[in-house]
Amino acid sequence: MTNAVLKSAKGNKIANRQAISEVLLDLAKENKDILVVTSDSRGSASLVEFGKQLPSQIVEVGIAEQNLVGIASGLAASGKKPFVASPACFLSMRSIEQIKVDVAYSNTNVKLIGISGGVSYGALGMSHHSLQDLAVTRAIPGLDVMMPADRHEAKKMIEALVKYDRPVYLRIGRNPVEDSYVSENYEFHIGKAVTMKEGTDITIIASGETVRIALDSAVALQQEGIDCRVINMHTIKPLDKESILKAAEETGRIITIEEHSIYGGLGSAVAEVVSQSHPVPVKILGLPDEPAIAGKTAEVFEYYGLSVDNVKKIAIQMVRGL
Amino acid sequence: MNKIEFLKRKATEIRMELLTMIYEAGTGHTGGSLSDTDILTVLYYHIMNVDPNNPKWEDRDRYVQSKGHAVESYWAILADKGFFPKEELKTFSQFNTRLIGHPNNKVPGVEMNTGALGHGLPISVGMAMAAKMDGKPYRVYTLMGDGEQAEGSVWEGAMAASHYKLDNLVAIIDRNGLQITGSTEDVMSLEPFGAKWRAFGWEVIEVDGNDIEQLVHVLENTPKVSGKPTLIVANTVKGKGISFAENVAKWHHHVPSKEEYQLAMEELSKQLEVLQ
Repeated sequence: MTNAVLKSAKGNKIANRQAISEVLLDLAKENKDILVVTSDSRGSASLVEFGKQLPSQIVEVGIAEQNLVGIASGLAASGKKPFVASPACFLSMRSIEQIKVDVAYSNTNVKLIGISGGVSYGALGMSHHSLQDLAVTRAIPGLDVMMPADRHEAKKMIEALVKYDRPVYLRIGRNPVEDSYVSENYEFHIGKAVTMKEGTDITIIASGETVRIALDSAVALQQEGIDCRVINMHTIKPLDKESILKAAEETGRIITIEEHSIYGGLGSAVAEVVSQSHPVPVKILGLPDEPAIAGKTAEVFEYYGLSVDNVKKIAIQMVRGL
Repeated sequence: MNKIEFLKRKATEIRMELLTMIYEAGTGHTGGSLSDTDILTVLYYHIMNVDPNNPKWEDRDRYVQSKGHAVESYWAILADKGFFPKEELKTFSQFNTRLIGHPNNKVPGVEMNTGALGHGLPISVGMAMAAKMDGKPYRVYTLMGDGEQAEGSVWEGAMAASHYKLDNLVAIIDRNGLQITGSTEDVMSLEPFGAKWRAFGWEVIEVDGNDIEQLVHVLENTPKVSGKPTLIVANTVKGKGISFAENVAKWHHHVPSKEEYQLAMEELSKQLEVLQ
């Protein structure tokens, strides 16, 4: 069993980007081949302190995302371990060809961290939202795709990635998210989903910031007498098909929640697996195919039904056949 | 035979080899491979420190072919150098080959997969930075096409290379003046070309890119200026070595007919005889 936070969690002030920069700094002090590569993005990636303490291990390329990924791949091809940190909206779009060719196809050991992902940038609009990044990156062979649920998982993920010699795209949000894990005291394996809560009536599969919504929804559903399983799919690719099929077989219904377009992301990935091997009803919750409304993450989530109330309503409908 | 004569002969032999590859495969980028043959010959047989028996040797000089489409001269040279068996050239562009129509780093000697234009320079910048960080003596060479210069990422790389004072980086432009649609100056004008690179902080050297002697001289004396990356504008002739293909845009990826192939091989054989 995991150490998921099942009561309502409140008060975390540490953003995932902060947790990542701290662990990167610690690891980079021990290994001079670990570099961070930024595109005028060290502030938004919380890497200012890293740059101060290890100035020779931060590479600044300016506002030039194609160059960012190209340079990182050249560094990786020469034995370095570059962690690229740039807003997910630009990294996953402006430099996608470099990601496809220089990183994935050439198989260079580049870690791509998309910061301020999803709708983190709120009122800045569609240019700054990244709601297509999972769809694009997971279609590229040779590239793994990950999203940590909270600061604990973000840290464990980076520790794992330093020892993992494959190209990875990792997306995080901008603001602190409430903890989904009590502590770092749990087993993390790339590609192995975490069952945050067991359950037999229905399964909610989430990743990134929506894991917290899934947990809160499961707690709310308990009050309704519905036993809900929660799976944290922190690795979107390679996808843990086994845990999805097990959920399909054992609970018969699945809801997916993601901070991404309903096209091509986590929900699509889950539906691809279920439809081929064990068809069960799957409800995909995400952002619709339109420019997202302006607002803070919580407001935007609420507006599009990425909320405990809506998940609860849908789960009741699915379980009771209403 | 002195070095220059050896290199001239080698370049002609490589042209015969690549033409045969293209003719037999029925596909390829003939014009650009012929224009860059002399540059690659000088790099691989005289300038670069590489070891076919140890292709991943840490201190090797790096070569990134940004104009990935002109792969035939590259394959012919890597095979001749012994990075893989020459026999394998027969599989060029055939089903399930690793000798595809662009550089492929599953093949020993190839650093990076290229083919999408505008990628080679930023990659090379990263490699040159890594050499500086590690205090390694190796150089990084990249070959770009002139049509490729319209890609914005080239200029992102150009800024970074001078910003980081990468004097261990040498970029060579195969300035044959033609791209698939026609003259580079008609499609998207590049001139004043050298001035643009100078403005970006590079040491710019112009050379006749089909003149082995000039190439040897320039590349032996690079970098000329400490703290600056070097850009060599190699003025070349697209289709060089085959009279009826020279400066003809359609030879960008024209595959010779049987008759054209025979005529071309005769011309190249005669050039080889003169060099005996």
